[in-house]
Amino acid sequence: MKEQQETANRPDNTAFTQQRLPAWQPMLSAGIVIPGFVIIGLAFIGIGIALFVTSQNIQVLERDYTGVENNSPCFKCSDPSTKNCVCKLDFSLDKLFEGPVFFYYGLSNYFQNYRKYGVSRDDRQLSGRLDNFQSPDEGCVPYQYDANNKPIVPCGSVANSLFNDTFKLYQIVNGARKLVPFDGKGIAWWTDHNVKYRNPSITPLKNAFNGTVKPTFWSKPAYELDPSDPANNGFVNQDFLVWMRRAALPDFRKLYRRITEGDYKNGLPAGNYSLEIAYNYPVLDFDGRKKVVFSNVSWMGGKNQFLGIAYLVIGSLCVVMSIVMLIVYAKFKFPDEE
Amino acid sequence: MAREAEETGMVTGSKVKKQRKKKVKENKTRIVHANILYDHAKGEENPNRHYANNKIKTTKYTLLSFLPKNLFEQFHRFANVYFVFIALLNFVPVVNAFQPELALAPVVFILSVTAIKDLWEDYRRHRSDKEINHMDCLVYSRLERRYVERYWKEVRVGDFIRLRCNEILPADVLLLSSSDPDRLCHIETATLDGETNLKQRQVVRSFFDLDCDFDPSKYNSIIECEKPNNDLNRFRGYIIHRNGRRDGLYKENLLLRGCTIRNTEEAVGIVIYAGHETKAMLNNNGPRYKRSKLERQMNVDVFWCVIILLVMCLFAAVGHGLWMFQYGDKRPVFDVLSPEGTDLSPILSAIYLFLTMIIVFQVLIPISLFVSIEIVKICQVYFIHQDMDLYDEETDSHLQCRALNITEDLGQMQYIFSDKTGTLTENKMVFRRCTVAGVEYSHDANARRLAMYQEMDSEEEECMSHGGTLTRRDSVTSHQSARVVLRSQSTKSHRRTGSRAEAKRASILSKHTAFSSPMEKDITPDPQLLDKVNECSSQLDFMRFHSQPMSQLPSDLSDIIDFFIALTICNTVVVSSPNQPRQKVRMRFELKSPVKTIEDFIKRFTPSRLTSGSNSSSSSSLITNRSSNRGCSSVLSSPSAESTLTKLDEERPARGLEHAFSPVPPNYEGKTWAAEEGELRYEAESPDEAALVYAARAYKCSLVGRLPDQVTVELPHLGKLSFELLHTLGFDSTRKRMSVVVRHPLTDQITVYTKGADSVIMDLIKPPSTGKRQRKIVYRTQNYLNLYAADGLRTLCIAKKILTKEEYACWLQRHLEAETAIQGREELLFESALRLETNLQLLGATGIEDRLQDGVPETIASLRKAGLQIWVLTGDKQETAINIAYACKLLEPEEEILTLNADSQEACALLLEESLHYIQAKFLCTSTDQAAKTFHSEFAAFDIYPSSPPSSSSHTSPFTVHRLGLVIDGRTLAYALDKNLEDKFLAVARSCRSVLCCRSTPLQKSMVVKLVRNKLKVMTLAIGDGANDVSMIQVADVGVGISGQEGMQAVMASDFALPRFQYLQKLLLVHGHWCYSRLANMILYFFYKNAMFVALIFWYQFYCGFSGSAMIDQWYLIFFNLMFSAFPQLITGTLDKDVSAETLQQLPQLYMNGQNSEEYKPYMFWMNMIDAFYQSLVCFFLPYFAYADSDVDLFTWGTPITTLALFTILLHLGIETKTWTWMNWASITFSIALFFTVALCYNASCPTCYSPSNPYWTMQRLLQDPLFYMLCVITPLAALLPRYFYRACQGTLFPSPVQVGRQLDKLPSETRRNILSLSRVKVGAQLGPKPPFLSLLKPFPKDYNHKDQKSFSNSKTAQGCQGPVLQMDNVGKSHQKGQSSPLGVTHSKKGLSDPYTFVSTEIDTLPYTKEAPGHTGDWITSTPLLTQGDSVQVTLPPAGGSQCVTYKRNSEETPGLDHTNWNISPFF
Repeated sequence: MKEQQETANRPDNTAFTQQRLPAWQPMLSAGIVIPGFVIIGLAFIGIGIALFVTSQNIQVLERDYTGVENNSPCFKCSDPSTKNCVCKLDFSLDKLFEGPVFFYYGLSNYFQNYRKYGVSRDDRQLSGRLDNFQSPDEGCVPYQYDANNKPIVPCGSVANSLFNDTFKLYQIVNGARKLVPFDGKGIAWWTDHNVKYRNPSITPLKNAFNGTVKPTFWSKPAYELDPSDPANNGFVNQDFLVWMRRAALPDFRKLYRRITEGDYKNGLPAGNYSLEIAYNYPVLDFDGRKKVVFSNVSWMGGKNQFLGIAYLVIGSLCVVMSIVMLIVYAKFKFPDEE
Repeated sequence: MAREAEETGMVTGSKVKKQRKKKVKENKTRIVHANILYDHAKGEENPNRHYANNKIKTTKYTLLSFLPKNLFEQFHRFANVYFVFIALLNFVPVVNAFQPELALAPVVFILSVTAIKDLWEDYRRHRSDKEINHMDCLVYSRLERRYVERYWKEVRVGDFIRLRCNEILPADVLLLSSSDPDRLCHIETATLDGETNLKQRQVVRSFFDLDCDFDPSKYNSIIECEKPNNDLNRFRGYIIHRNGRRDGLYKENLLLRGCTIRNTEEAVGIVIYAGHETKAMLNNNGPRYKRSKLERQMNVDVFWCVIILLVMCLFAAVGHGLWMFQYGDKRPVFDVLSPEGTDLSPILSAIYLFLTMIIVFQVLIPISLFVSIEIVKICQVYFIHQDMDLYDEETDSHLQCRALNITEDLGQMQYIFSDKTGTLTENKMVFRRCTVAGVEYSHDANARRLAMYQEMDSEEEECMSHGGTLTRRDSVTSHQSARVVLRSQSTKSHRRTGSRAEAKRASILSKHTAFSSPMEKDITPDPQLLDKVNECSSQLDFMRFHSQPMSQLPSDLSDIIDFFIALTICNTVVVSSPNQPRQKVRMRFELKSPVKTIEDFIKRFTPSRLTSGSNSSSSSSLITNRSSNRGCSSVLSSPSAESTLTKLDEERPARGLEHAFSPVPPNYEGKTWAAEEGELRYEAESPDEAALVYAARAYKCSLVGRLPDQVTVELPHLGKLSFELLHTLGFDSTRKRMSVVVRHPLTDQITVYTKGADSVIMDLIKPPSTGKRQRKIVYRTQNYLNLYAADGLRTLCIAKKILTKEEYACWLQRHLEAETAIQGREELLFESALRLETNLQLLGATGIEDRLQDGVPETIASLRKAGLQIWVLTGDKQETAINIAYACKLLEPEEEILTLNADSQEACALLLEESLHYIQAKFLCTSTDQAAKTFHSEFAAFDIYPSSPPSSSSHTSPFTVHRLGLVIDGRTLAYALDKNLEDKFLAVARSCRSVLCCRSTPLQKSMVVKLVRNKLKVMTLAIGDGANDVSMIQVADVGVGISGQEGMQAVMASDFALPRFQYLQKLLLVHGHWCYSRLANMILYFFYKNAMFVALIFWYQFYCGFSGSAMIDQWYLIFFNLMFSAFPQLITGTLDKDVSAETLQQLPQLYMNGQNSEEYKPYMFWMNMIDAFYQSLVCFFLPYFAYADSDVDLFTWGTPITTLALFTILLHLGIETKTWTWMNWASITFSIALFFTVALCYNASCPTCYSPSNPYWTMQRLLQDPLFYMLCVITPLAALLPRYFYRACQGTLFPSPVQVGRQLDKLPSETRRNILSLSRVKVGAQLGPKPPFLSLLKPFPKDYNHKDQKSFSNSKTAQGCQGPVLQMDNVGKSHQKGQSSPLGVTHSKKGLSDPYTFVSTEIDTLPYTKEAPGHTGDWITSTPLLTQGDSVQVTLPPAGGSQCVTYKRNSEETPGLDHTNWNISPFF
């Protein structure tokens, strides 16, 4: 008892309190570093080659249709004063463009990631809340109310600037134009289409928009976006959804359609094609560019050789470093190998 | 409980201030009336109503004020203000970047953590306050006419309170009455200053003679005293009685709050200061806030971060302006107009953007850094507390960290300033040897006994290390055997050493008696001296029996007996017996004599009294006097000598000579003597006193009882003798001596016994012209004294003086005047003491050994190897200090020593100048390489790797440290610390390897520390144990207190409190190093981490029109630091060990890592920044290119970047982590898991919330994307490749010392030991030969020496410089060794005018030799050689009037004893 009192202040003798926890001490010595680098380098080179080859097999067809140059088929449409301009972009494939083919439109120098632009939307409104139909979120300013103080639905800059060029692809078969069927379903994220964006549960949909106005730049209201498919209207319109998902970088592409049906199930056969473009979207005033992209995809997405090259470079760097170290090491002959 | 009151009473500041304000109207004093006079007036007219009551409130907050007040306090921290500013900025719509509520989260989090901590602390304070406020005490109530129980908080100034034994004082109380017959009251002040001995307090003089019980209702005096202050040792005031008489009040009258009443049944007093105005409360300053060097450095870099932040924001703002500008009037569809629908001008939007960017980049200023550092420091403190190696079993105490925020400073120390006594030494004074009447008694057996302690210590350690069984060698003498048995019972601890186990046992036996370990008590007498004592006392006995006058005793024998009597009674030791612990302990009077009035004198010394035999002892007679002659009515009558003289003349208690021999004085019967069966215990205020009393007891001359007016001594053959104690002139540091005036019972002469420092006593000795014998005694004693000092012993001289009655009466008259004086009383008493202590007769001298603490030399050696400069600042005399310094390896034999002794400013200036020249000439010009080489040899441990240079670390200062020691005395130090000289002094001192300041005052100590700290800009550590070290401890960057025998004052002032000096080694070398390297690495990592993270967003600005947009979700942005990456760095910051504790201790050189701030240099911050920018580039552009030409959306692209950044940051930490325990693994795993869990939950939680990112289902989709995984593999690797490569190269090709240490750690312990021992051999080989510059010195012919000196002194005088004391000792020679020493007097090229001393000694003549048993027979071999050989002392009289030069050449005819500085006392 007395003994215990005497040592009341005695610290606990445990590995933790005495800082004697068993520990692994990695030591960056040549013996570990050099083989380590070699192994990592080789592995990376392997991955790099695989990635590179995969990427190499992807076919991409890109056409700019902004119409800046005089000889461009869409030159006539680039004048902002022309309305409802349609231009044709012809191209030919000399071999089968393997399917499924993804058809993108691309914009350059377009800052969808501009901070104020990104804020300018009302997610509640887009999820179908009628309260927000009548009084859209503050964030939508100045696309919140129109000049008559009527609420804009969908409000905000993002919705307002919806990309409204439309495309039709024809294959020229023996001089005749054969429409290539586009698959417009499922181009947007499933969660966007089914969870995040909802139309108000009012039928007909049009009634929900009573007392509101369409965005200033729009030619038709939201409930009439796709006349062909009533289910593809309102906020769950696929093109609208794709647009609303803001691109990360100023040069971006967005999926427009997929070619998965009919004769083109296996891709676009070799031949001549004509793309009919309803040229509506003005990009020239901010030096933007518009393009269309046909591409097929691999397991790792679209064509991008960068990652494969990166792996190869880093892998080789590792190997080179290990060699350098080996040379230096051999030259100095350090005694810690004794 | 009172202790707790103290602890919790930390924050009294504002309260007290408020109360002070209230009393502005009062001027300089406080006037206290008795409350009972005003009881019915309900306080309105009570003049005391303005004073603070006794309710203490140490809490900072009330329920209401908590929030505002706490927030206000937290906003004192700049960082907090910054973060709140940012958070508020978010509420401004034009600039906001995040959801405002979210932006508040980190600030609120951090503020609330701190607030909760504060709240909890405050609650604890509140509880203990309540407890204290509700303690009971007895307060006099006028209504009930008795003392009634009240709570402490109800006590007010002016109340009368009654205190009983063992009660704690509720307030500062003026003592008015005590049940003690001597009107004393004993208090224990352990809670105030930690001193466990009893202090004596005295009833106010006017109430002194009051015999009946004190009746408060009759009290009607007014007290006028100082305003409340925090000086525990000062109290002044007057008590003004109704009749207008004033009486002085002194600190002896004041009982302080928090003390405990002891040994006094009852005391009554009036409350003077209450509550927060008590001295105890005013002394609570709370923990000090110090900012560590690392933190200062960090703050600079935080400032740089701010600059970087502003630059980045500015850049972005300009970029945004330009970006806007390029569009001109063309309105892109993605542009958003201002709310008014108009276009914002580019400039305006740039300005807005600037603010937005500050919000976005806020993470660059590491918000969590400050919190993390605090957490890590708390953990570090916890681990230091917990270290078993810093736990002292003997005292059951472990290291205390009293300052929580400077742990890392421990790893950066450059200078150590150490006290000597009690810090380096044990402060266990052991009587070692003595000289009486010029004859030396070497006490060989005693020496052997001490050596035995030493031996047993080491022996036991050995035994313990070999399996812990205690096998004793047979060689242990019988003297030791009993102790051995006792000791071997305590085998529990594996680290306990012999003497400490013993000390522990002793401390159990006598819990409260300090300075009484067996080592200190059991003194083996010198047989020769013992015989003489016996002979002497038997002769005395015989003479007494035959009624012969005592003066017939041979003078050498009478000297011996006087010597021991002086040892026994000339002190303030209190005797008690273990059976009655502290029941009736009588304490000393400080500067107060029992002869209180002139009538006492007359009463005692009238001839009638001397002749007529009476049987009453003076003490009892005094008491009866009081009661019979003065009734209660005469309390306030003035004790004027005239009036009472006649009265007292009537009563002359006669007292016979024979009665002095009565074995038992009547009033002692059965009380003190009962203690005879048990061992008497001596309670001494200083260890020296105890040592001397124990020494005398060993010669059967033991102190058996002490009363205020009587000391009883038991002598062999003579039995008990009672000495009537007439006066005690207490010790003070100015006089450096104490005296007692007694009446010798044998000779009936009035005798003064004086004991004091040799330097003072020798000056007071009656001029030796009186007789040849006396002169011889003085001469010889001086020689022995020098010898003792050289041996490292503390010396004391004992002298006596016999006064005639007339002389005494004459002195007494003036002394009493001094005592009763009200003004300048202390000065008068001091002068009075000076008058008495003159013309003394030297009896002898003692040498007391103060043993070094265990492991001190090793600790100093390894601290020095660690690159620490160690200065010892001591109050001891020069010789003692030098020898202790040798013993503890502070000075080394091969070192030259520069001694600076000057007695005028000019002389000092000259000395410094010359020393500087000397050093420059010697070291800088001729042998820079040599010096450097010598210095570098310290790094030889690293020469295992020939290619690894000992790094540039050694060159922190332009000065190189030489193998040179500097010794300076207090007086010279005072000159050297002058403004004009301090730079020179520093220049000299810093080039010396060790500096020893002797005879320094506490103030000087702190001045030295301050000077070094401020001028050299170095980190200083001061370590000490006593009150005299407090100022030094407070001034230093880190103050360390030794919780030793000298109370707690040093500990109270310190930042760290250690039980023993040797723990400093582990504290600095291991914990300091760890704390420093951990924190430094953590801080750097923090900067890196934040910069890396923020830079990601910065790069993105180039792709989003500098619009302040972030691809990283705001949640991740804000919680990245707080949650995702917080834990691993905390774990690493707390647990990482770059080198193991063993290696750190074996290779002290590794400490230089911290000294030179090598873990965190300014360039490292920038390197880290660059690395951070590189890594963020990789983390940004790999995903950028990987996702180029894809339809990726903003946050699907941003989230991988966040993930990659997290991986990179964690892996980076992994590279920087040196030891991976399971906790590191767990924390990293946890961090990653936490990130993904939070991300998944967050991304699944709400489809429509978290505008603008709205990251619904992003993470889920990413996890299905193979590209994401491919990025996760390559990016961190690519980002960390350069750092990894650098580390690998560095670790392999150019390992830093620390890395070498780490590599050593990895080796099996056997190999490691071999390598270390190998490297030591190398070091030794390089250090072995004497430094080359010594070889330049040629042997010095003796007579030349002499001549040289002369010419030197002439040259000195020619220069008109007075006073430098030159001492040139050729120490290398001993008579045993003959004259063959190769080292002559060192002599430089400029030797002729060099006023310093070189003391070179050979290794084998190391001065401080612990005498090994066996060859102590010849004292010459065992004593240091400092004083042997040729010693020439040249002194110039300081007065400057005479130009004469006195120098003495030692005479050869007194073999070996030829130090001659006694008559010129050069050191003082």
